[in-house]
Amino acid sequence: MPLITYRKALNEAFAEELTRDESVFLMGEEVAEYNGAYKVTEGLWERFGSKRVVDTPISEAAFLGLGVGAAMMGLRPVVELMFWSFAYVGFDQIINNAGCVRYMSGGLINVPMVIRGPANGGTNVGATHSHTPENFLANTPGLKVVAPATPYDAKGLMISSIRDNDTVCFMENTLLYGDIGEVPEGSYTIPLGVADIKREGTDISLIAHGRAVLTALAAAEILATEHGISAEVVDLRSIRPLDEEAILNSVAKTHRALLVDESKPFCGISSQIAALIAEQAFDELDAPVTRVTALDAPAIYSMPLEKLQLPTPERVVAKALTLF
Amino acid sequence: MPKLSDTMTEGTLLRWCKQKGDKIEIGDLLAEVETDKATMEMESFEEGILTELFVPAGAKVAIGAPIALILGKNETAIAPGTAAQGPAKTAAPAAAAPTISPLFTGRSRSAIPGRTAATSSERIKASPLARKIADARGLSLAGLTGKGTGPGGRIIAADVVHAPLTATAPAAGGTSSVPAILATPITGNPETQIPLSNMRQTIARVLLASKTQIPHFYLSIEIDAAPMVAFRKEFNTTGTKITFNDIVLLATARAAMEKPKVNAAFGNGVIFQYESVNLAVAIAVEDGLVTPVIRDAQKLSLPQISAAVKDLATRARDKKLKPEEYAGGTITVSNLGAFGIDQFCAIINPPQAAILAVGAIVKKPVVNEHDQIVVGQRLNLTLSGDHRVVDGAVAAEYLGALRQLLECPSRLLF
Repeated sequence: MPLITYRKALNEAFAEELTRDESVFLMGEEVAEYNGAYKVTEGLWERFGSKRVVDTPISEAAFLGLGVGAAMMGLRPVVELMFWSFAYVGFDQIINNAGCVRYMSGGLINVPMVIRGPANGGTNVGATHSHTPENFLANTPGLKVVAPATPYDAKGLMISSIRDNDTVCFMENTLLYGDIGEVPEGSYTIPLGVADIKREGTDISLIAHGRAVLTALAAAEILATEHGISAEVVDLRSIRPLDEEAILNSVAKTHRALLVDESKPFCGISSQIAALIAEQAFDELDAPVTRVTALDAPAIYSMPLEKLQLPTPERVVAKALTLF
Repeated sequence: MPKLSDTMTEGTLLRWCKQKGDKIEIGDLLAEVETDKATMEMESFEEGILTELFVPAGAKVAIGAPIALILGKNETAIAPGTAAQGPAKTAAPAAAAPTISPLFTGRSRSAIPGRTAATSSERIKASPLARKIADARGLSLAGLTGKGTGPGGRIIAADVVHAPLTATAPAAGGTSSVPAILATPITGNPETQIPLSNMRQTIARVLLASKTQIPHFYLSIEIDAAPMVAFRKEFNTTGTKITFNDIVLLATARAAMEKPKVNAAFGNGVIFQYESVNLAVAIAVEDGLVTPVIRDAQKLSLPQISAAVKDLATRARDKKLKPEEYAGGTITVSNLGAFGIDQFCAIINPPQAAILAVGAIVKKPVVNEHDQIVVGQRLNLTLSGDHRVVDGAVAAEYLGALRQLLECPSRLLF
């Protein structure tokens, strides 16, 4: 199987879908002639032309609204945000329009749009460029939220997201764009709402999404080699729909849950999962549900401090050890 | 008022065995209580001074309602409702029971097994899973207080599951939670006093409760074991060795799928009838026995069930079984054939509704279909049933299904 980057895996997904379905088009700031700020759309403008790969003005509110309208009229826009942090100026379009139109039209109008781009901290670009807003978006009934951790998942989930009839908020990660993994050629899909056990274990469940999955995997390795603890790593892959069954099954197997989440702790994805486990797996728990999240402060600009803000394998290991 | 039987909702306080002002030790007899099932003796799980009796002898009391107040060494009585507000504005006498109950429910619940506090005001710290397993096994967490190995001394699943396997003497003062309702043994004759291990306490409590609270009945059949003997001999020539017990185990599970009424449990207001057989297997270990569970046993093949029981037995003896491996059994098999027992009656393993007691295969004279006396190979099986769940005819049908399987064991290959 070819070894390609996370970036290239996404690029292949776009090419597959642009080829397969003429209603699909890409749009965003510098996605076309400049090949994308992070080169995720490299070569696609050249190959598919200006009608299918469209550069937009610098106004997220405008081009997200354009996307909503195009999707309502039957196209399948894939809208790039240079940073998910910039989505906030277009929240009315995302939440009120993309998220609510199907419900408010009585199911007559769908908004089959993908909103995508990097949603991560840790790159020294400051607080206003480092948001991880999956919790805001997953809080809105009507929106779907996806956060792949590996190149394989990125391609399969992107193809599913483009084909989905609702708006999917696709959270990528600039720190993962260069990661290399095995990715099949051609088209394949990974259904939204199906988690993946990235590592089997028996003693504790590390539950994560996005880059935190890799942090959890590194922590699991340390727990195994240095502490004799067998950690299971559950990669949620999609936040909403959420694979509750996979979470509960894993907790029922290991009886301990540690949630690893690069978002903030307050009202985060991890809070939601902690509530789920407490309500539905209480009798399975042999220790309290705990979390390792980003420290609860705006993204720190100091580089040495920023490194400490996001979950690290060491923090995950230390927290895991408090449960035994 | 503690819950002294599965089904009681209130208890009648027949007689106080202590009076106001008495000094109470842990294990002292406090009162006699009549439940819906029996008259029970209620022991104290607390020590201190019996300061207040809230109900007179003869009164009916709902579960959880306060019946008495025991004050520990440094505790003083607080006028109800004033605890948080400082000194009472008026010297109000103790108000009626409903007002004070929130203050004392913790104390009054203390006689419920599995929820007991060891010292007068300290709540037992135990994980939800540890509590669930303790409840399922009828084990009191009080005996494990201070022995929790989780963070902060929390009792975790591993503590509960290893408890019966570790012969720990009960603390001085007798924290044994086995109700002492029988006569005290004589002393004076040269004797060795063997402290009750937690396992023995559990066996004593669970089986006493089973034998006294579950209406047992027993049906025995003698089956023709010759086909089994021949079948096993032939099977074992294939290289995979199975035992007679393996054949009986699988047949027990398969027959329970055919006659699911025995694969059941008596619940509060309902009978639970299970769709799959989680077969509990009685395994003798040092100082007692355990009954780990083979899940979905009916789905296994003979070699699979053989491997499963062998694995469980090995790990049971090595004390390596995981907590969940004890939980969830729906029917039990106890086999004393290897000890030369021809036939016996087993005590039901609650909350299950049936247990099968398996004897040894013996040669004996039998009358064949031509009315000749010939040498037969016979096996005695005795089913103990919970009559609340299973009636005689149902149990007989089950044994009939079991006989058909065991007298034609090749059916177990499919």
